[in-house]
Amino acid sequence: MTSMKQALIVMSTLVLLFGCSSTKLDSDVPVETRSTAATSSGSGAANSGQALAGTSSAATGGTAQSAVTPVDLTKVSPVVASNLPRVVYFDFDSYVVREEYRAAIETYAKLLAQDRNKRLAIEGHTDERGGREYNLALGQKRAEAVAKSLALFGAKEAQVDAVSFGKERPAVQGSDESAWAKNRRAELTSR
Amino acid sequence: MLRRREFALAGSALVALPARAQFRIEISGVGATQLPIAVTRFRDEDKSGHAISAIVRADLERSGAFRGIDADAALDETARPVMTEWRSRAADALVAGSVARLADGRFDVRFKLWDVVQGLELGGRSNAVEADDLRLAAHRIADFIHEKLTGEKGVFSTRIAYVTRGGGRYTLRVADADGDGGQVALNSAESIISPAWSPDGREIAYVSFESQKAVVYVQEVASGRRRVLANFRGSNSAPAWSPDGQTLAVTLSRDGGSQLYLLSREGNNLRRLTNSPAIDTEPVFAPDGRGLYFVSDRGGTPQIYRTLLSGSTVERITFASSYSISPAISPDGRTMAYISRLGNDFRLYTLDLTGNAQPVALTDTSDDESPSFAPNGRLIIYATRAQGRDVLMTTTLDGKIKARLLSSTADVREPVWGPYGR
Repeated sequence: MTSMKQALIVMSTLVLLFGCSSTKLDSDVPVETRSTAATSSGSGAANSGQALAGTSSAATGGTAQSAVTPVDLTKVSPVVASNLPRVVYFDFDSYVVREEYRAAIETYAKLLAQDRNKRLAIEGHTDERGGREYNLALGQKRAEAVAKSLALFGAKEAQVDAVSFGKERPAVQGSDESAWAKNRRAELTSR
Repeated sequence: MLRRREFALAGSALVALPARAQFRIEISGVGATQLPIAVTRFRDEDKSGHAISAIVRADLERSGAFRGIDADAALDETARPVMTEWRSRAADALVAGSVARLADGRFDVRFKLWDVVQGLELGGRSNAVEADDLRLAAHRIADFIHEKLTGEKGVFSTRIAYVTRGGGRYTLRVADADGDGGQVALNSAESIISPAWSPDGREIAYVSFESQKAVVYVQEVASGRRRVLANFRGSNSAPAWSPDGQTLAVTLSRDGGSQLYLLSREGNNLRRLTNSPAIDTEPVFAPDGRGLYFVSDRGGTPQIYRTLLSGSTVERITFASSYSISPAISPDGRTMAYISRLGNDFRLYTLDLTGNAQPVALTDTSDDESPSFAPNGRLIIYATRAQGRDVLMTTTLDGKIKARLLSSTADVREPVWGPYGR
């Protein structure tokens, strides 16, 4: 398979996965640089500020030609995984990961790519309507859709566990659409 | 066999059981042919702590084949009942007995059955049982009577398993077929679903979420010993036993999606059964062991299909609704009970597998689930929702006689009827 064909396949899969989204990169997502910690779309301001400071001091600070200014990644606030959305919601009867989650998933994938020891569990859920076993399978489809998008952004399959709780663990009790909508979800948790 | 009177019964009969029973049984419905039977209080049954005669009467009524006649008479198995008196009370059959405490702490339970119409003794038994087996003794008496008078084996001494949810905990319980005498087999903080009895009644397979994912276990009922049957990557669920008890079908997501696999009862010898891009789940073996029924949405929405294990053709068998799931097959292989969605209602239906008849709704409730046949094929147990609670019900195959097994505390769901031979 030529790399052109590979790229086409990846792109068309992305289009399929993210509904009718375009595959242009979101220009608001900060581009990772060598001297900064990876940033996420959620935490834009704080980290970019730090990143810029780091960059500028490296560029202008120190008079000796061989000066090296260390950047201590351990002191920088952790890749705000805590700022990333932990839940992906789905439309009724759907396993399509909506466009609004694409950037977050891309960041999760980068997190996993950076640290091959990191594992992520994706737990798929459904609303309460319908049979338990069929809903377990639907929840599994949702978890796997998120897992697939992570893989396309570079996460290794071994780092991602897609499981389902079907309708067994509703986030919200209730038998109306607002409750159902909050239960049709996939939750991402570190394992 | 006894001549039977045609009798139509309207309304419901509330049968009260001793206070410590977990379930009260409410029986309702109009039966076409019900044999009127008088079950008198067994002499000294009160001293045993169990209303033996009430258990027998409730069993017989729940079967749909009998109507209990109120009988306030002091008889026991040695009596010589005056038949004209019982005929005038419109009874076709009469049961009397006694319960005597033995020196070693066991109880001697005796009974006799009479055909009132012909004025004949039909038989009786005497059994010494442990105190813990008094309920079982009553159920065995009901089985004897059922078989003597209808010619068909009774299912009253069989057991059911079901799941309760309450107070943030889940339990898997095993109880008598009338819902009483429930014992906890598994107590968990996480959900338990899809219990399935082994054909010999010694083990139950189920899905537990205790490890934060769906894993299939097999547990010995008597000892509580359990083993993991399937814990592959992703979700493992929907265990179903082959009729010879050596193989189970399960739904696994190990290769992506939800597909059907077979494995041995020890969890070895994994073979993939379906290979579709769809969801394939809820496998159920045909009673002859050669075929499998299952749910698939390969046609767009969940429907029930059947396939032969030896071949690869898959045949769809449900068409009347856009959503049909949870198949259960009668022991003679002729009837399927399942759940279909109509509008917003999930309802219990039966389908004649031998002909081209239309499916028949058995209930008018809207949240039915999990049907399971009694081993004599004459009753179906299922779960439904009533007054905001999940409850267990039994119904005759024509839907006419229903019994509600009420739980006073927790939600009850996922019932499954065990085999003969306790």
